[in-house]
Amino acid sequence: MKKLSALALLFAFCACLPGEAFAADGGRPSILGALWKWAPLLLSGFAFNLLISVLAMALGTVLGAVLGLGLVAPSSGLRRTSHAATQFFRNAPWLVLLFFCMYLMPFEFVVGGAVVPFPGWVKAVIGFALPVMANTAEIVRGAVQSIPPAQWEAAESLSFTRRQTLWMVILPQCVKRMLPSWMNLYSLVTMATSLASVVGVSEMLTLTADALAAEGGRTDLMAPFYGFVLFCFFVYCYPIGVWTRRLEARYAVK
Amino acid sequence: MIKIPSTFPSPPAWTPDHPIVRVSQVYKSFGETQVLKGVSMSVMKGEAVCIVGPSGSGKSTLLRTINALVPIDAGSVVVEGQEVCDPELDKLQLRRKVGMVFQQYNLFPHMTALQNVMIAPIKVLGQDKAEVEARARALLRKVRLEDKADRHPGELSGGQQQRVAIARSLAMTPDIMLFDEVTAALDPETVKEVLVTIRELAEEGMTCLLVTHEMGFAREVADHVYFTDHGVIVEHAPPAQFFGEAKDPRTRAFLSQVL
Ligand SMILES: Nc1ncnc2c1ncn2[C@@H]1O[C@H](COP(=O)(O)OP(=O)(O)OP(=O)(O)O)[C@@H](O)[C@H]1O
Ligand SMILES: [Mg+2]
Repeated sequence: MKKLSALALLFAFCACLPGEAFAADGGRPSILGALWKWAPLLLSGFAFNLLISVLAMALGTVLGAVLGLGLVAPSSGLRRTSHAATQFFRNAPWLVLLFFCMYLMPFEFVVGGAVVPFPGWVKAVIGFALPVMANTAEIVRGAVQSIPPAQWEAAESLSFTRRQTLWMVILPQCVKRMLPSWMNLYSLVTMATSLASVVGVSEMLTLTADALAAEGGRTDLMAPFYGFVLFCFFVYCYPIGVWTRRLEARYAVK
Repeated sequence: MIKIPSTFPSPPAWTPDHPIVRVSQVYKSFGETQVLKGVSMSVMKGEAVCIVGPSGSGKSTLLRTINALVPIDAGSVVVEGQEVCDPELDKLQLRRKVGMVFQQYNLFPHMTALQNVMIAPIKVLGQDKAEVEARARALLRKVRLEDKADRHPGELSGGQQQRVAIARSLAMTPDIMLFDEVTAALDPETVKEVLVTIRELAEEGMTCLLVTHEMGFAREVADHVYFTDHGVIVEHAPPAQFFGEAKDPRTRAFLSQVL
């Protein structure tokens, strides 16, 4: 099934290549030749996308776990503050958050006289981590609240403190329930990293535009090059989706 | 609310000739609904007491006031001489003395039966792991599940799960056990194995408070039966008298439905 879909996409990608794709024509390299030439650079850009997505996910998950615990805290003040933060970042468009981080944060810090640069891609990581945080917080809240109340009571009646109950009884059961939604979120983040091209981070989409410009803006290269970008994202994200659905099916039974 | 003497932390030592649990004039509302309207009962050490009554009459709520899972609005609950609604009471200390088993979802599904029994003594009481494991295995043998020690709750039948839950509570060496309709969610065939376990406990002298719909069990095992309706205790008596010559028409109406 997976192989079949990937093949179908590859086929669609080749179909959009014009007839002269495979033959060099005069001084100009063929389409595939150009793609071959630029592929290492484009793939290094894709690796950068993945790096941004992994870092944003890691940062956002840590922050989101804390925020999520705030959403189920016994103190109503803490709950309300966490709720406000979660709703704010969940309902903000990702691109707007990205712009916000880009232009709000300085491009360098001065720490004890030394100038520490604060590059755009780090800001992008933070920009993506914010919606990840809010969505993770919601996932944590949903999972904690889906545990039967009797589990809390059983732990309480065994003399567990609230904190012990949360860490030893509730959260270990939540991990399984959270995994599918969390992986789904990861796919979304990976795809969203291409937004960083809008703010000038040299990830894959930016590099593709650069490569096309270096080839003199040949219109016949546009579709194949962007098709290649789509293909890379698909090959990476599709298996995650398959795996997610498999986990969902497995945990749904229990 | 009763007045708690300021000398409370050193109460008069409880002695076995006093009730081990004494509930006096307890009131409890959830929002607008009054669930307990002046409930009183007392249980001596080693007694087995059954609480029966229609659904929604406040049986579970009453049981939960005894280990402070439900805070009360007024009245007093005294367990081994300790006032449960004293704001300074160490609830964790109280719950070490009072074990509780629920109708469903008792066991921690991510742990094996053995781990379920071991976790509280190790994490809460800080006892030695090897010693706790030996005791946990002995308790699983007592409930006839020593061969299921390494199974997860999902792999056990409802009756087996309830017996593990009983073993888990006993691992904390409580003085009192509360059972809230522990057989209500079980198949008829497995009800018996759980009741046998509870009966053995009661016969060994464990103080047991049970909310149950098993009238046959109440008749055979209980020392005393309480009947609740709409948040009050309508009638209580030893089982022979309770089932044979109930006085109150509400009790008789209830019994004629369930017997
Ligand atoms: N935490 C709660 N919040 C609000 N209402 C509650 C809560 N717990 C119980 N109630 C209400 O209190 C009433 C008595 O509940 P309780 O569980 O004590 O009855 P019960 O006698 O155990 O009934 P059953 O036989 O169905 O278990 C019910 O009307 C119930 O809806
Ligand atoms: Mg009940």
